[in-house]
Amino acid sequence: MEQFAALLDALVTTRSRNGKLALIADYLRRTPNPDRGWALAALTDGLDFPAVKASTIRNLMTERVDPVLWTLSRDYVGDTAETASLLWPEPPADQLPPPTVAETVTILTATNRATAPGVLAGLLDRLDTSGRYALLKLATGAMRIGISARLAKTAFAQAFQVDVEEVEEHWHGQTAPYLPLFQWAAEGADAPDSSALPLFRPFMLAHPLEGPALATVTTNFADYAAEWKWDGIRVQLVRVGDEARVYSRGGEDISAAFPDVAGALPFPAVLDGELLVRGEHQGGAGNEAKQGGAASFNALQQRLGRKTVSKAMLIQYPAFVRLYDALIVEGEDLRPLPWTERRAALETLLPRLDPTRFDISQLIEAENLSALEDLRSRARDDAIEGVMLKHRSSTYVAGRRAGLWFKWKRDPLLIDCVLMYAQRGSGKRSSFYSDFTFGCWDGNPDTGAELTPVGKAYFGFTDEELKWLDSHVRRHTTARFGPVRETDKSLVLEVAFDSVHTSKRHKSGVAMRFPRINRIRADKPAHEADRLETLKALIT
Amino acid sequence: MPARLPSNMSAPFSWLKPEPMGLYIAPADAWIDPSRAVDRALVTHGHADHARGGHGETIATPATLAIMALRYGVEHGVVPVAYGETHSLPGNVRATFVPAGHVLGSAQILLEHAGERVVITGDFKRSPDPTATPFAVTPCDLLITEATFALPVFRHPPIEQEIAKLLDTRARNPDRCVLVGAYALGKAQRVIAELRRAGYTDPIWLHGAMERTCGLYEDFDIDLGDLRPVADAPKGALIGGIVMCPPSALSDRWSRRLPDPITAMASGWMRVRQRAVQRNVELPLIISDHADWDELTCTIADVNPTETWITHGREEALLRWCELHQRKARALALVGFEDEDD
Repeated sequence: MEQFAALLDALVTTRSRNGKLALIADYLRRTPNPDRGWALAALTDGLDFPAVKASTIRNLMTERVDPVLWTLSRDYVGDTAETASLLWPEPPADQLPPPTVAETVTILTATNRATAPGVLAGLLDRLDTSGRYALLKLATGAMRIGISARLAKTAFAQAFQVDVEEVEEHWHGQTAPYLPLFQWAAEGADAPDSSALPLFRPFMLAHPLEGPALATVTTNFADYAAEWKWDGIRVQLVRVGDEARVYSRGGEDISAAFPDVAGALPFPAVLDGELLVRGEHQGGAGNEAKQGGAASFNALQQRLGRKTVSKAMLIQYPAFVRLYDALIVEGEDLRPLPWTERRAALETLLPRLDPTRFDISQLIEAENLSALEDLRSRARDDAIEGVMLKHRSSTYVAGRRAGLWFKWKRDPLLIDCVLMYAQRGSGKRSSFYSDFTFGCWDGNPDTGAELTPVGKAYFGFTDEELKWLDSHVRRHTTARFGPVRETDKSLVLEVAFDSVHTSKRHKSGVAMRFPRINRIRADKPAHEADRLETLKALIT
Repeated sequence: MPARLPSNMSAPFSWLKPEPMGLYIAPADAWIDPSRAVDRALVTHGHADHARGGHGETIATPATLAIMALRYGVEHGVVPVAYGETHSLPGNVRATFVPAGHVLGSAQILLEHAGERVVITGDFKRSPDPTATPFAVTPCDLLITEATFALPVFRHPPIEQEIAKLLDTRARNPDRCVLVGAYALGKAQRVIAELRRAGYTDPIWLHGAMERTCGLYEDFDIDLGDLRPVADAPKGALIGGIVMCPPSALSDRWSRRLPDPITAMASGWMRVRQRAVQRNVELPLIISDHADWDELTCTIADVNPTETWITHGREEALLRWCELHQRKARALALVGFEDEDD
């Protein structure tokens, strides 16, 4: 437990992704089974002890510490587990040695609501401050230390020099403490057999079409098939036997939020597609042909991230999958086949699928890349993000491989905004003002209009531009609020963004998707920046 | 006509008046640590929020006066009073300066008047510090205590443990440097002295704001070893080294010149993870020159006054502790003493 506690402490104060990866990888290499497996489960939210709740900790503490002092401390620290770890009274001497992670898990698993407080107290007595913090985080299952499951899996891959996509593939179907996974990655044993489980298969991903790739594709255009890139969420639909799952890009099981889709696949298969919501609510009715029946991403967000979904939701925001690819069909692995053959197989499946739940992503016919570019720029359907180019002979390989698939996003929308506030960044950027809030005029600036904040961006600029922006902020500060500086609102920034939507949560009434600083327009006077009405006219 | 009570028969300690700008000793027309210029000031120690220039007369320990001369240009009207010495103020008030253990020259002030003994702790700590004279328990009727870290979550670990953490981090990162944010007066010198005590003899590199205060400590015979200004460092010399700077410089442009620094901060607040995270600190070092919760409560018990006044920090929790231990206490509201960096 001490090693795990030290890992958590270090992760809390390490900002950089690479730093976190190195810490976790190092821990996984140094720690024996099964401790490292349980620790990995804790980091990826794979542990749950229903008998231990935040209230268990609170009750334990108020039995030992004056309730007023507990509340004052908790309010100051802001985290129940941490407060308890700091306030836990020093135990009498001659305690058992600190428990291992595995021992802790075994002990906690055996508890029920009645025994949990006493058992937890016994464990707390065996640990120091850091150990108590780790124990309480582990026991309540809420780490909240900024480690995603994907990051932990990447660290696992890094620790044992295996491919992260392979880790993803084998991960699903394994449960903590993941002994077969460690035996495979660390000791060279065979990979765990998973053909009988509805598992996630890592996605094949695309490179942006830019630089030298642009020339390659232009020259060999006939080698590539083009299709629209839809603005939903990329999903994998898996059915094995009677079990069906919907997985998101990161391999997260989102079946619970999309039971309508999960239950719609009538035969065993693994299919790749874009999850979309029918477009009636975004003004899509009546121009469904043009819209392809899909609403904007905003509509889909109504259903994303839900643990369960109501009947009303299912009716109001019906989901469907626009199919891109077939990985496995009725036990046959199509991944080693070229794209053309997989596509043909996918097309033959279509008549067997419910048309309200499935359609196929149409191919775009274009003579050459410039014709395709023309089609792309004319596509104003807001469910279209751009186009995809897939090499016709490409097998389905996990991850992002050079030269096979390309994404070619629509040109971004642009607007000139005025820099209003800047905040210091973190990690490498902690000495730089690198998070910028910008605004548009809410009317005519020459007749008393004010700036309304419309968005925030912290990338898009080069290192040189960042230095310049940082120095501008320091020289043009008019007020400070903690880490935030208000500027004199003299600098115009050209902001690029993918789309803009109405939003009740923002004062401006609009929310941009993916805003970034495109250009610094030091040449442009602030009063010539765009107005809010200009931005609103771009709402899709 | 009713007889007037003699002044010394009025309510206990009524000759001492807590005002927003400091503690006023009425019969002596003197202030303790006033935040504005006054005619007569008694100063507990040299930190900027307690010691300021412009007073008619400044009464303090010789080391505190030296700090005030160096940092705030205080040269006129100074009255040095050594530890243990008693200085007579007008109005039959006697002031004795007692070591507080906070920083070089820091003192508690014992006031005696009308048969009553009052101790103002100023900022203090009980844990050992090679750069400050240890705190002395002084019996009194009224104890006026600081409360910067007055929450039971604040327990400062032994400094050796934190110094070991610092040296270990340095050793494990030979390609980087460790940048330690620490108060330029007191904390920096304590950390340096403890590093030396732990056997670290390499040069320690200083931010410009620390050079003069370190020099002053050495004038008072506190050996800090080989100290060098960062500004003079030849290219590459800082790699694998320890650099000290004031907390404000940690995220300042100044730090960009350093070779991939690991940001450390020496502060009692580092006990709470989110405080470290908020300040972008990678290596939190829980080192404070203030009393922690245990020291605060044990000091009240040791001094055992009939009444306790609480100021400078989190009065609420210490008030609650006094209530739980049947001790008479009240909170004072003095301005300007929240110590964000210590």
